[in-house]
Amino acid sequence: MKASPALARALLAALLIAALLLPMIAPTYYLQFFAKAMLLAIVAASLNLVVGFGGMVSLCHGAFFGLAGYVLALASPSSSGASLWTSLPLALLVVAVAAALVGALALRTRGIYFIMATLAFGEMFFYFFHDTRVANGSDGIYIYFEPEIVIAGWRLVDLGNKTSFYYVALASLLLAIIVISTLVRSPFGAALMAARDNEQRARSLGFPVFRIRLTAFVLAAVLAGIAGYFSASQFGFVAPQTLGWHVSATLLIMVVLGGMKSVLGPVFGAFALLGLEEILKSNIEHWKLIEGVIVIALVFMLPGGLQHLAQLVFADRRAPAGQPGSGASSAGRQHHG
Amino acid sequence: MADIVLSARHLTKRFGGLIAVSDVSIDVHRDEIHAVIGPNGAGKSTLVNLLSGEITPGDGSVHLAGEDMTARSPDQRARAGLGRSYQKTTIFPDVSVFANARLAAQARSPKALRFFGDASRDPVINAHATAALSEAGIAAHADTPARHLSHGGQRQLEIAMVLATAPSILLLDEPLAGMGPAEAQDMIALVSRLRNGRGILLVEHDMDAVFALADRLTVMADGHVIATGTPAQVRADPAVRVAYLGEDCL
Repeated sequence: MKASPALARALLAALLIAALLLPMIAPTYYLQFFAKAMLLAIVAASLNLVVGFGGMVSLCHGAFFGLAGYVLALASPSSSGASLWTSLPLALLVVAVAAALVGALALRTRGIYFIMATLAFGEMFFYFFHDTRVANGSDGIYIYFEPEIVIAGWRLVDLGNKTSFYYVALASLLLAIIVISTLVRSPFGAALMAARDNEQRARSLGFPVFRIRLTAFVLAAVLAGIAGYFSASQFGFVAPQTLGWHVSATLLIMVVLGGMKSVLGPVFGAFALLGLEEILKSNIEHWKLIEGVIVIALVFMLPGGLQHLAQLVFADRRAPAGQPGSGASSAGRQHHG
Repeated sequence: MADIVLSARHLTKRFGGLIAVSDVSIDVHRDEIHAVIGPNGAGKSTLVNLLSGEITPGDGSVHLAGEDMTARSPDQRARAGLGRSYQKTTIFPDVSVFANARLAAQARSPKALRFFGDASRDPVINAHATAALSEAGIAAHADTPARHLSHGGQRQLEIAMVLATAPSILLLDEPLAGMGPAEAQDMIALVSRLRNGRGILLVEHDMDAVFALADRLTVMADGHVIATGTPAQVRADPAVRVAYLGEDCL
Protein backbone atom coordinates (compact mmCIF):
# COMPACT_ATOMS: atom_id res chain seq x y z
CA MET A 1 0.00 0.00 0.00
CA LYS A 2 1.18 3.46 -0.81
CA ALA A 3 0.58 6.54 1.26
CA SER A 4 -1.81 8.95 -0.34
CA PRO A 5 0.52 11.75 -1.49
CA ALA A 6 -2.03 14.57 -1.23
CA LEU A 7 -3.03 13.86 2.36
CA ALA A 8 0.53 13.18 3.47
CA ARG A 9 1.70 16.39 1.82
CA ALA A 10 -1.04 18.43 3.48
CA LEU A 11 -0.08 16.98 6.84
CA LEU A 12 3.60 17.74 6.32
CA ALA A 13 2.74 21.31 5.32
CA ALA A 14 0.68 21.68 8.51
CA LEU A 15 3.59 20.33 10.54
CA LEU A 16 5.94 22.82 8.90
CA ILE A 17 3.63 25.73 9.64
CA ALA A 18 3.27 24.54 13.24
CA ALA A 19 7.07 24.35 13.49
CA LEU A 20 7.40 27.89 12.14
CA LEU A 21 4.81 29.25 14.57
CA LEU A 22 5.93 27.30 17.63
CA PRO A 23 8.20 30.04 19.09
CA MET A 24 5.17 32.30 19.41
CA ILE A 25 3.36 29.98 21.78
CA ALA A 26 5.85 27.58 23.32
CA PRO A 27 7.85 28.35 26.46
CA THR A 28 11.63 28.55 26.09
CA TYR A 29 12.10 25.12 27.62
CA TYR A 30 10.15 23.50 24.80
CA LEU A 31 11.89 25.59 22.17
CA GLN A 32 15.17 24.24 23.46
CA PHE A 33 13.79 20.72 23.51
CA PHE A 34 12.55 20.95 19.93
CA ALA A 35 15.79 22.53 18.73
CA LYS A 36 17.70 19.62 20.28
CA ALA A 37 15.28 17.11 18.75
CA MET A 38 15.57 18.70 15.31
CA LEU A 39 19.35 18.54 15.45
CA LEU A 40 19.24 14.86 16.44
CA ALA A 41 16.67 14.28 13.70
CA ILE A 42 19.28 15.53 11.21
CA VAL A 43 21.76 12.98 12.57
CA ALA A 44 19.21 10.15 12.42
CA ALA A 45 18.14 11.07 8.88
CA SER A 46 21.76 11.23 7.74
CA LEU A 47 22.49 7.88 9.39
CA ASN A 48 19.60 6.42 7.42
CA LEU A 49 21.37 7.39 4.19
CA VAL A 50 24.04 4.91 5.27
CA VAL A 51 21.84 2.30 7.01
CA GLY A 52 18.55 2.34 5.11
CA PHE A 53 19.55 3.44 1.64
CA GLY A 54 23.12 2.16 1.75
CA GLY A 55 22.51 -1.07 3.66
CA MET A 56 25.51 -0.43 5.92
CA VAL A 57 24.83 -0.55 9.66
CA SER A 58 27.29 1.93 11.13
CA LEU A 59 28.02 2.31 14.84
CA CYS A 60 30.36 5.23 14.24
CA HIS A 61 27.83 7.91 13.34
CA GLY A 62 27.66 9.39 16.84
CA ALA A 63 31.42 9.93 16.68
CA PHE A 64 31.07 12.26 13.69
CA PHE A 65 28.30 14.14 15.50
CA GLY A 66 30.46 14.58 18.59
CA LEU A 67 33.65 15.29 16.67
CA ALA A 68 32.15 18.40 15.05
CA GLY A 69 31.28 19.69 18.52
CA TYR A 70 34.82 19.09 19.69
CA VAL A 71 36.22 21.02 16.73
CA LEU A 72 33.97 23.96 17.65
CA ALA A 73 35.10 23.76 21.29
CA LEU A 74 38.77 23.65 20.34
CA ALA A 75 38.37 26.42 17.73
CA SER A 76 36.57 28.76 20.12
CA PRO A 77 38.70 31.57 21.62
CA SER A 78 38.48 31.79 25.41
CA SER A 79 37.06 35.31 25.54
CA SER A 80 34.67 35.45 22.58
CA GLY A 81 32.68 33.26 20.20
CA ALA A 82 34.31 31.60 17.21
CA SER A 83 33.30 32.90 13.80
CA LEU A 84 30.82 30.51 12.24
CA TRP A 85 32.26 31.27 8.79
CA THR A 86 35.55 29.63 9.71
CA SER A 87 34.69 27.24 12.53
CA LEU A 88 31.77 25.47 10.79
CA PRO A 89 33.71 24.71 7.58
CA LEU A 90 36.66 23.62 9.72
CA ALA A 91 34.45 21.28 11.75
CA LEU A 92 32.89 19.80 8.62
CA LEU A 93 36.29 19.39 6.99
CA VAL A 94 37.64 17.53 10.01
CA VAL A 95 34.54 15.31 10.09
CA ALA A 96 34.78 14.62 6.34
CA VAL A 97 38.45 13.63 6.61
CA ALA A 98 37.73 11.43 9.64
CA ALA A 99 34.78 9.78 7.87
CA ALA A 100 36.82 9.24 4.72
CA LEU A 101 39.55 7.48 6.73
CA VAL A 102 37.10 5.37 8.75
CA GLY A 103 35.01 4.58 5.68
CA ALA A 104 37.99 3.70 3.49
CA LEU A 105 39.02 1.04 6.01
CA ALA A 106 35.65 -0.13 7.37
CA LEU A 107 34.01 -0.41 3.92
CA ARG A 108 36.42 -3.19 3.04
CA THR A 109 34.34 -5.34 5.35
CA ARG A 110 30.71 -6.45 5.08
CA GLY A 111 27.77 -7.16 7.33
CA ILE A 112 28.57 -7.91 10.94
CA TYR A 113 32.24 -7.13 10.36
CA PHE A 114 31.35 -3.66 9.15
CA ILE A 115 29.33 -3.11 12.32
CA MET A 116 32.28 -4.26 14.44
CA ALA A 117 34.77 -2.13 12.50
CA THR A 118 32.67 1.02 12.81
CA LEU A 119 32.11 0.31 16.51
CA ALA A 120 35.88 0.02 16.99
CA PHE A 121 36.58 3.26 15.12
CA GLY A 122 33.88 5.06 17.08
CA GLU A 123 35.43 3.91 20.34
CA MET A 124 38.83 5.10 19.14
CA PHE A 125 37.41 8.62 18.89
CA PHE A 126 35.88 8.22 22.34
CA TYR A 127 39.12 7.11 23.97
CA PHE A 128 41.15 9.66 22.07
CA PHE A 129 39.21 12.45 23.76
CA HIS A 130 38.73 10.54 27.00
CA ASP A 131 42.34 9.59 27.64
CA THR A 132 44.33 12.51 26.22
CA ARG A 133 44.57 16.09 27.38
CA VAL A 134 43.80 17.40 23.89
CA ALA A 135 40.38 18.55 25.04
CA ASN A 136 40.45 18.23 28.81
CA GLY A 137 40.06 14.44 28.85
CA SER A 138 37.04 12.91 30.52
CA ASP A 139 36.01 16.26 32.05
CA GLY A 140 35.07 17.65 28.64
CA ILE A 141 35.27 21.32 27.72
CA TYR A 142 32.92 24.25 27.90
CA ILE A 143 32.09 26.53 25.01
CA TYR A 144 31.49 29.77 26.87
CA PHE A 145 30.46 31.83 23.86
CA GLU A 146 28.23 30.74 21.00
CA PRO A 147 29.72 30.95 17.52
CA GLU A 148 29.11 34.32 15.92
CA ILE A 149 27.38 34.78 12.60
CA VAL A 150 28.56 38.21 11.57
CA ILE A 151 28.59 39.85 8.14
CA ALA A 152 30.53 43.12 7.77
CA GLY A 153 30.30 43.90 11.47
CA TRP A 154 26.55 43.19 11.60
CA ARG A 155 25.33 40.25 13.66
CA LEU A 156 23.13 38.21 11.34
CA VAL A 157 21.84 35.72 13.90
CA ASP A 158 22.40 35.50 17.64
CA LEU A 159 22.77 31.82 18.42
CA GLY A 160 22.46 32.67 22.13
CA ASN A 161 18.86 33.74 21.54
CA LYS A 162 16.67 30.64 22.03
CA THR A 163 14.20 31.63 19.32
CA SER A 164 16.92 32.42 16.78
CA PHE A 165 18.63 29.15 17.61
CA TYR A 166 15.38 27.28 17.16
CA TYR A 167 15.02 28.70 13.65
CA VAL A 168 18.62 27.85 12.80
CA ALA A 169 17.97 24.25 13.90
CA LEU A 170 14.74 24.15 11.89
CA ALA A 171 16.46 25.55 8.79
CA SER A 172 19.28 23.01 9.19
CA LEU A 173 16.78 20.16 9.44
CA LEU A 174 14.89 21.32 6.34
CA LEU A 175 18.17 21.67 4.45
CA ALA A 176 19.24 18.18 5.51
CA ILE A 177 15.89 16.69 4.45
CA ILE A 178 16.12 18.41 1.06
CA VAL A 179 19.71 17.26 0.54
CA ILE A 180 18.95 13.65 1.51
CA SER A 181 15.74 13.51 -0.58
CA THR A 182 17.61 14.88 -3.59
CA LEU A 183 20.40 12.34 -3.14
CA VAL A 184 17.98 9.44 -2.77
CA ARG A 185 16.13 10.37 -5.96
CA SER A 186 19.30 11.10 -7.93
CA PRO A 187 21.28 8.65 -10.06
CA PHE A 188 23.73 8.45 -7.15
CA GLY A 189 20.91 7.31 -4.86
CA ALA A 190 19.75 4.70 -7.38
CA ALA A 191 23.30 3.35 -7.56
CA LEU A 192 23.63 3.33 -3.77
CA MET A 193 20.42 1.30 -3.41
CA ALA A 194 21.45 -1.03 -6.22
CA ALA A 195 24.69 -1.76 -4.36
CA ARG A 196 22.64 -2.44 -1.24
CA ASP A 197 20.20 -4.78 -2.99
CA ASN A 198 22.77 -6.72 -4.98
CA GLU A 199 26.39 -5.69 -4.69
CA GLN A 200 27.72 -8.22 -7.18
CA ARG A 201 25.25 -7.20 -9.86
CA ALA A 202 25.75 -3.49 -9.25
CA ARG A 203 29.47 -3.94 -9.74
CA SER A 204 29.14 -6.06 -12.85
CA LEU A 205 26.87 -3.40 -14.37
CA GLY A 206 29.74 -0.94 -13.91
CA PHE A 207 28.94 0.84 -10.64
CA PRO A 208 32.05 1.54 -8.53
CA VAL A 209 30.42 0.21 -5.36
CA PHE A 210 33.22 1.06 -2.94
CA ARG A 211 33.43 4.67 -4.11
CA ILE A 212 29.65 5.08 -3.99
CA ARG A 213 29.44 3.74 -0.43
CA LEU A 214 32.37 5.83 0.74
CA THR A 215 30.79 8.95 -0.74
CA ALA A 216 27.49 8.25 1.03
CA PHE A 217 29.34 7.53 4.27
CA VAL A 218 31.23 10.83 4.12
CA LEU A 219 28.20 12.90 3.07
CA ALA A 220 26.15 11.45 5.92
CA ALA A 221 28.97 12.19 8.37
CA VAL A 222 29.14 15.81 7.18
CA LEU A 223 25.38 16.23 7.73
CA ALA A 224 25.79 14.74 11.21
CA GLY A 225 28.65 17.20 11.69
CA ILE A 226 26.39 20.17 11.00
CA ALA A 227 24.04 18.96 13.72
CA GLY A 228 26.92 18.20 16.08
CA TYR A 229 28.34 21.69 15.63
CA PHE A 230 25.06 23.41 16.52
CA SER A 231 24.30 20.92 19.25
CA ALA A 232 27.60 21.71 20.97
CA SER A 233 26.81 25.39 20.59
CA GLN A 234 23.38 24.85 22.17
CA PHE A 235 24.66 23.06 25.26
CA GLY A 236 27.93 24.95 25.54
CA PHE A 237 29.70 21.78 26.51
CA VAL A 238 31.27 18.74 24.89
CA ALA A 239 32.51 15.60 26.61
CA PRO A 240 33.63 12.16 25.40
CA GLN A 241 30.08 10.86 26.02
CA THR A 242 28.86 13.04 23.11
CA LEU A 243 30.69 10.73 20.71
CA GLY A 244 30.50 7.36 22.41
CA TRP A 245 28.93 4.26 20.96
CA HIS A 246 25.70 4.69 22.93
CA VAL A 247 25.03 7.87 20.93
CA SER A 248 25.39 5.82 17.75
CA ALA A 249 23.14 3.12 19.19
CA THR A 250 20.47 5.67 20.15
CA LEU A 251 20.62 7.05 16.60
CA LEU A 252 20.14 3.54 15.22
CA ILE A 253 17.08 3.10 17.43
CA MET A 254 15.66 6.36 16.04
CA VAL A 255 16.23 5.08 12.50
CA VAL A 256 14.67 1.68 13.14
CA LEU A 257 11.82 3.17 15.15
CA GLY A 258 11.02 5.71 12.45
CA GLY A 259 11.47 3.38 9.51
CA MET A 260 14.41 2.88 7.19
CA LYS A 261 12.50 3.03 3.92
CA SER A 262 11.93 6.75 3.80
CA VAL A 263 13.82 9.99 4.28
CA LEU A 264 11.37 11.31 6.87
CA GLY A 265 10.98 8.10 8.89
CA PRO A 266 14.09 8.63 11.04
CA VAL A 267 13.12 12.28 11.57
CA PHE A 268 9.88 11.14 13.18
CA GLY A 269 11.78 8.36 14.92
CA ALA A 270 14.03 10.95 16.56
CA PHE A 271 11.07 13.06 17.70
CA ALA A 272 9.21 10.00 18.95
CA LEU A 273 12.13 8.65 20.99
CA LEU A 274 13.10 12.01 22.47
CA GLY A 275 9.46 12.91 23.15
CA LEU A 276 8.93 9.58 24.85
CA GLU A 277 12.01 10.12 27.00
CA GLU A 278 10.87 13.60 27.90
CA ILE A 279 7.45 12.41 29.03
CA LEU A 280 8.71 9.37 30.93
CA LYS A 281 11.62 11.17 32.55
CA SER A 282 9.41 13.69 34.30
CA ASN A 283 6.83 11.16 35.48
CA ILE A 284 8.52 7.87 36.24
CA GLU A 285 11.54 7.02 38.31
CA HIS A 286 12.84 4.01 36.36
CA TRP A 287 11.90 5.54 33.05
CA LYS A 288 14.62 3.87 30.99
CA LEU A 289 13.08 0.49 31.73
CA ILE A 290 9.62 1.62 30.57
CA GLU A 291 11.16 3.31 27.53
CA GLY A 292 12.85 0.07 26.55
CA VAL A 293 9.61 -1.90 26.83
CA ILE A 294 7.72 0.67 24.75
CA VAL A 295 10.40 0.73 22.04
CA ILE A 296 10.44 -3.07 21.86
CA ALA A 297 6.64 -3.17 21.67
CA LEU A 298 6.61 -0.56 18.89
CA VAL A 299 9.20 -2.43 16.87
CA PHE A 300 7.17 -5.65 17.21
CA MET A 301 3.87 -4.02 16.30
CA LEU A 302 5.28 -1.85 13.50
CA PRO A 303 8.03 -3.80 11.79
CA GLY A 304 8.36 -1.03 9.20
CA GLY A 305 8.74 1.62 11.90
CA LEU A 306 6.50 4.65 12.42
CA GLN A 307 6.57 5.07 8.65
CA HIS A 308 4.53 1.87 8.59
CA LEU A 309 1.94 3.51 10.85
CA ALA A 310 1.73 6.49 8.51
CA GLN A 311 1.15 4.13 5.60
CA LEU A 312 -1.67 2.38 7.45
CA VAL A 313 -3.31 5.67 8.33
CA PHE A 314 -2.91 7.35 4.96
CA ALA A 315 -3.39 4.26 2.84
CA ASP A 316 -4.38 5.22 -0.67
CA ARG A 317 -7.31 2.91 -1.34
CA ARG A 318 -7.24 3.56 -5.05
CA ALA A 319 -3.83 1.94 -5.35
CA PRO A 320 -3.97 -1.82 -5.87
CA ALA A 321 -2.74 -3.80 -2.91
CA GLY A 322 0.54 -5.64 -3.04
CA GLN A 323 2.39 -3.12 -5.15
CA PRO A 324 6.13 -3.54 -4.96
CA GLY A 325 8.27 -1.15 -2.99
CA SER A 326 9.90 1.78 -4.71
CA GLY A 327 13.26 0.09 -4.73
CA ALA A 328 13.92 1.40 -1.25
CA SER A 329 13.33 -2.04 0.08
CA SER A 330 14.54 -3.83 3.15
CA ALA A 331 18.15 -3.17 3.96
CA GLY A 332 18.58 -6.53 5.56
CA ARG A 333 17.56 -8.58 2.56
CA GLN A 334 20.27 -10.92 1.45
CA HIS A 335 21.84 -10.77 -1.93
CA HIS A 336 21.63 -13.36 -4.66
CA GLY A 337 24.52 -15.15 -6.34
CA MET B 1 39.47 -12.46 -39.61
CA ALA B 2 37.20 -10.37 -37.42
CA ASP B 3 38.59 -8.12 -34.68
CA ILE B 4 39.49 -9.69 -31.39
CA VAL B 5 37.41 -7.98 -28.67
CA LEU B 6 38.51 -10.17 -25.77
CA SER B 7 41.78 -11.95 -25.40
CA ALA B 8 42.94 -13.99 -22.42
CA ARG B 9 46.44 -15.43 -22.21
CA HIS B 10 47.73 -18.21 -19.96
CA LEU B 11 45.14 -17.66 -17.25
CA THR B 12 45.79 -19.75 -14.15
CA LYS B 13 43.87 -19.83 -10.89
CA ARG B 14 44.46 -22.04 -7.90
CA PHE B 15 42.14 -22.45 -4.93
CA GLY B 16 44.40 -23.94 -2.28
CA GLY B 17 45.76 -27.13 -3.79
CA LEU B 18 43.17 -27.26 -6.55
CA ILE B 19 44.06 -25.81 -9.93
CA ALA B 20 40.67 -24.59 -11.15
CA VAL B 21 41.97 -22.99 -14.34
CA SER B 22 45.34 -23.86 -15.79
CA ASP B 23 47.09 -21.98 -18.59
CA VAL B 24 43.91 -21.12 -20.47
CA SER B 25 44.16 -18.85 -23.49
CA ILE B 26 41.07 -17.82 -25.39
CA ASP B 27 40.09 -15.19 -27.97
CA VAL B 28 36.62 -13.85 -28.70
CA HIS B 29 36.07 -12.17 -32.05
CA ARG B 30 33.54 -9.54 -32.98
CA ASP B 31 30.35 -10.93 -34.58
CA GLU B 32 31.13 -14.38 -33.25
CA ILE B 33 29.92 -16.68 -30.51
CA HIS B 34 32.73 -18.53 -28.82
CA ALA B 35 31.27 -21.30 -26.68
CA VAL B 36 33.11 -22.89 -23.77
CA ILE B 37 31.99 -26.38 -22.86
CA GLY B 38 33.23 -29.07 -20.55
CA PRO B 39 32.09 -31.44 -17.84
CA ASN B 40 31.14 -30.16 -14.40
CA GLY B 41 34.18 -28.92 -12.54
CA ALA B 42 36.08 -28.21 -15.75
CA GLY B 43 36.69 -24.61 -14.67
CA LYS B 44 34.20 -22.81 -16.93
CA SER B 45 32.65 -20.67 -14.23
CA THR B 46 36.04 -19.79 -12.81
CA LEU B 47 37.10 -18.77 -16.31
CA VAL B 48 34.10 -16.46 -16.65
CA ASN B 49 34.83 -14.94 -13.24
CA LEU B 50 38.47 -14.42 -14.20
CA LEU B 51 37.41 -12.66 -17.40
CA SER B 52 34.84 -10.45 -15.63
CA GLY B 53 37.28 -9.59 -12.85
CA GLU B 54 35.37 -11.12 -9.95
CA ILE B 55 38.37 -13.38 -9.36
CA THR B 56 41.94 -12.26 -9.88
CA PRO B 57 44.20 -14.73 -11.69
CA GLY B 58 47.34 -16.15 -10.17
CA ASP B 59 48.92 -15.88 -13.57
CA GLY B 60 48.08 -14.69 -17.07
CA SER B 61 46.41 -11.65 -18.58
CA VAL B 62 43.08 -10.38 -19.89
CA HIS B 63 42.83 -7.80 -22.68
CA LEU B 64 39.68 -6.02 -23.80
CA ALA B 65 39.91 -4.47 -27.27
CA GLY B 66 43.69 -4.50 -26.92
CA GLU B 67 43.76 -2.86 -23.50
CA ASP B 68 45.24 -4.73 -20.53
CA MET B 69 42.47 -5.30 -17.96
CA THR B 70 44.20 -7.87 -15.76
CA ALA B 71 44.44 -5.57 -12.75
CA ARG B 72 41.07 -3.89 -13.28
CA SER B 73 38.02 -4.36 -11.07
CA PRO B 74 34.71 -5.79 -12.35
CA ASP B 75 33.13 -2.34 -12.54
CA GLN B 76 36.07 -0.92 -14.48
CA ARG B 77 35.84 -3.81 -16.93
CA ALA B 78 32.09 -3.24 -17.23
CA ARG B 79 32.64 0.41 -18.05
CA ALA B 80 35.25 -0.66 -20.63
CA GLY B 81 32.54 -2.61 -22.45
CA LEU B 82 32.42 -6.03 -20.84
CA GLY B 83 28.94 -7.21 -19.89
CA ARG B 84 28.19 -10.45 -18.10
CA SER B 85 25.11 -12.42 -17.20
CA TYR B 86 24.92 -14.85 -14.32
CA GLN B 87 24.08 -18.52 -14.24
CA LYS B 88 21.86 -17.78 -11.25
CA THR B 89 19.48 -14.96 -12.12
CA THR B 90 20.63 -11.74 -10.44
CA ILE B 91 18.01 -9.12 -11.12
CA PHE B 92 16.47 -6.59 -8.74
CA PRO B 93 13.21 -8.41 -7.93
CA ASP B 94 11.36 -5.63 -6.11
CA VAL B 95 11.30 -3.09 -8.90
CA SER B 96 9.82 -3.17 -12.39
CA VAL B 97 11.43 -4.78 -15.39
CA PHE B 98 11.98 -1.32 -16.82
CA ALA B 99 13.63 -0.08 -13.61
CA ASN B 100 16.07 -2.99 -13.83
CA ALA B 101 17.05 -2.07 -17.38
CA ARG B 102 17.10 1.63 -16.50
CA LEU B 103 19.57 1.02 -13.71
CA ALA B 104 21.80 -0.94 -16.06
CA ALA B 105 21.68 1.83 -18.66
CA GLN B 106 22.48 4.40 -15.97
CA ALA B 107 25.68 2.53 -15.11
CA ARG B 108 27.17 3.34 -18.52
CA SER B 109 25.88 6.91 -18.66
CA PRO B 110 28.22 9.85 -18.06
CA LYS B 111 25.64 10.90 -15.45
CA ALA B 112 25.82 7.54 -13.67
CA LEU B 113 26.62 9.02 -10.26
CA ARG B 114 25.13 12.51 -10.38
CA PHE B 115 23.92 13.87 -7.05
CA PHE B 116 20.92 15.73 -8.43
CA GLY B 117 18.15 15.23 -10.95
CA ASP B 118 15.55 12.48 -10.97
CA ALA B 119 17.25 9.18 -11.79
CA SER B 120 14.09 7.81 -13.37
CA ARG B 121 13.55 10.71 -15.79
CA ASP B 122 16.69 10.90 -17.89
CA PRO B 123 15.46 10.58 -21.49
CA VAL B 124 18.76 9.21 -22.87
CA ILE B 125 19.08 6.55 -20.16
CA ASN B 126 15.42 5.61 -20.52
CA ALA B 127 15.81 5.28 -24.28
CA HIS B 128 18.75 2.90 -23.82
CA ALA B 129 16.72 0.87 -21.33
CA THR B 130 13.75 0.63 -23.70
CA ALA B 131 16.00 -0.40 -26.58
CA ALA B 132 17.61 -3.12 -24.46
CA LEU B 133 14.24 -4.50 -23.37
CA SER B 134 13.10 -4.57 -27.01
CA GLU B 135 16.25 -6.33 -28.16
CA ALA B 136 15.82 -8.95 -25.43
CA GLY B 137 12.16 -9.36 -26.37
CA ILE B 138 10.56 -8.33 -23.06
CA ALA B 139 9.51 -4.76 -23.81
CA ALA B 140 5.88 -5.86 -23.36
CA HIS B 141 6.60 -6.61 -19.69
CA ALA B 142 8.32 -3.29 -18.92
CA ASP B 143 5.95 -2.38 -16.11
CA THR B 144 5.77 -5.81 -14.52
CA PRO B 145 7.55 -6.22 -11.19
CA ALA B 146 10.64 -8.25 -12.02
CA ARG B 147 9.78 -10.92 -9.46
CA HIS B 148 6.50 -11.64 -11.24
CA LEU B 149 8.22 -12.59 -14.49
CA SER B 150 8.36 -16.25 -15.46
CA HIS B 151 11.72 -17.96 -15.13
CA GLY B 152 12.31 -17.54 -18.84
CA GLY B 153 11.31 -13.88 -18.61
CA GLN B 154 13.79 -13.33 -15.80
CA ARG B 155 16.52 -14.93 -17.90
CA GLN B 156 15.61 -12.52 -20.73
CA LEU B 157 15.75 -9.61 -18.29
CA GLU B 158 19.17 -10.80 -17.19
CA ILE B 159 20.26 -10.43 -20.83
CA ALA B 160 18.44 -7.12 -21.26
CA MET B 161 20.30 -5.63 -18.29
CA VAL B 162 23.61 -6.62 -19.84
CA LEU B 163 22.55 -5.13 -23.19
CA ALA B 164 21.52 -1.88 -21.54
CA THR B 165 25.14 -1.33 -20.51
CA ALA B 166 26.03 -1.20 -24.26
CA PRO B 167 28.71 -3.90 -24.08
CA SER B 168 31.10 -4.78 -26.89
CA ILE B 169 31.70 -8.20 -25.37
CA LEU B 170 29.15 -10.39 -23.62
CA LEU B 171 29.96 -13.17 -21.18
CA LEU B 172 26.86 -15.34 -20.97
CA ASP B 173 27.01 -17.87 -18.17
CA GLU B 174 24.48 -20.62 -18.94
CA PRO B 175 21.69 -18.42 -20.30
CA LEU B 176 19.53 -21.55 -20.79
CA ALA B 177 19.84 -22.74 -17.18
CA GLY B 178 16.55 -24.13 -15.91
CA MET B 179 14.56 -23.40 -19.09
CA GLY B 180 11.92 -25.56 -20.70
CA PRO B 181 12.29 -26.53 -24.38
CA ALA B 182 10.08 -23.72 -25.73
CA GLU B 183 11.77 -21.03 -23.63
CA ALA B 184 15.13 -22.46 -24.63
CA GLN B 185 14.32 -22.11 -28.33
CA ASP B 186 13.48 -18.44 -27.83
CA MET B 187 16.68 -17.86 -25.89
CA ILE B 188 18.76 -19.59 -28.57
CA ALA B 189 17.24 -17.31 -31.20
CA LEU B 190 17.91 -14.28 -28.99
CA VAL B 191 21.55 -15.16 -28.28
CA SER B 192 22.08 -15.86 -31.96
CA ARG B 193 20.94 -12.32 -32.85
CA LEU B 194 23.12 -10.72 -30.17
CA ARG B 195 26.39 -11.53 -31.91
CA ASN B 196 25.88 -8.81 -34.51
CA GLY B 197 28.39 -6.09 -33.70
CA ARG B 198 29.51 -7.77 -30.48
CA GLY B 199 31.65 -10.66 -29.35
CA ILE B 200 30.07 -13.35 -27.19
CA LEU B 201 31.63 -15.87 -24.87
CA LEU B 202 28.99 -18.47 -24.10
CA VAL B 203 29.18 -21.06 -21.34
CA GLU B 204 26.40 -23.59 -21.77
CA HIS B 205 25.58 -27.17 -20.83
CA ASP B 206 22.91 -27.69 -23.47
CA MET B 207 24.91 -29.28 -26.31
CA ASP B 208 22.16 -28.80 -28.90
CA ALA B 209 22.18 -25.09 -28.14
CA VAL B 210 25.96 -24.91 -28.23
CA PHE B 211 26.21 -26.58 -31.61
CA ALA B 212 23.36 -24.45 -32.94
CA LEU B 213 25.01 -21.21 -31.82
CA ALA B 214 28.78 -21.50 -31.67
CA ASP B 215 31.05 -20.15 -34.35
CA ARG B 216 34.00 -21.39 -32.33
CA LEU B 217 34.30 -23.87 -29.48
CA THR B 218 36.70 -24.38 -26.64
CA VAL B 219 36.50 -27.57 -24.61
CA MET B 220 37.78 -27.59 -21.05
CA ALA B 221 38.45 -30.47 -18.69
CA ASP B 222 40.10 -30.34 -15.26
CA GLY B 223 40.96 -26.67 -15.74
CA HIS B 224 42.75 -27.22 -19.05
CA VAL B 225 41.79 -26.43 -22.62
CA ILE B 226 41.75 -29.80 -24.34
CA ALA B 227 40.48 -28.67 -27.73
CA THR B 228 39.55 -25.52 -29.57
CA GLY B 229 38.27 -24.90 -33.09
CA THR B 230 35.11 -24.91 -35.15
CA PRO B 231 32.26 -27.12 -33.95
CA ALA B 232 33.04 -29.66 -36.65
CA GLN B 233 36.70 -29.85 -35.67
CA VAL B 234 35.87 -30.23 -32.00
CA ARG B 235 33.28 -32.92 -32.65
CA ALA B 236 35.91 -34.99 -34.41
CA ASP B 237 38.55 -34.50 -31.71
CA PRO B 238 39.42 -37.75 -29.89
CA ALA B 239 40.45 -35.92 -26.68
CA VAL B 240 36.98 -34.42 -26.43
CA ARG B 241 35.40 -37.84 -26.70
CA VAL B 242 37.56 -39.10 -23.86
CA ALA B 243 36.64 -36.15 -21.64
CA TYR B 244 32.93 -36.44 -22.30
CA LEU B 245 32.37 -40.14 -22.77
CA GLY B 246 35.17 -41.75 -20.80
CA GLU B 247 38.14 -43.67 -22.15
CA ASP B 248 36.26 -46.96 -22.35
CA CYS B 249 34.26 -45.75 -25.27
CA LEU B 250 37.26 -45.35 -27.51
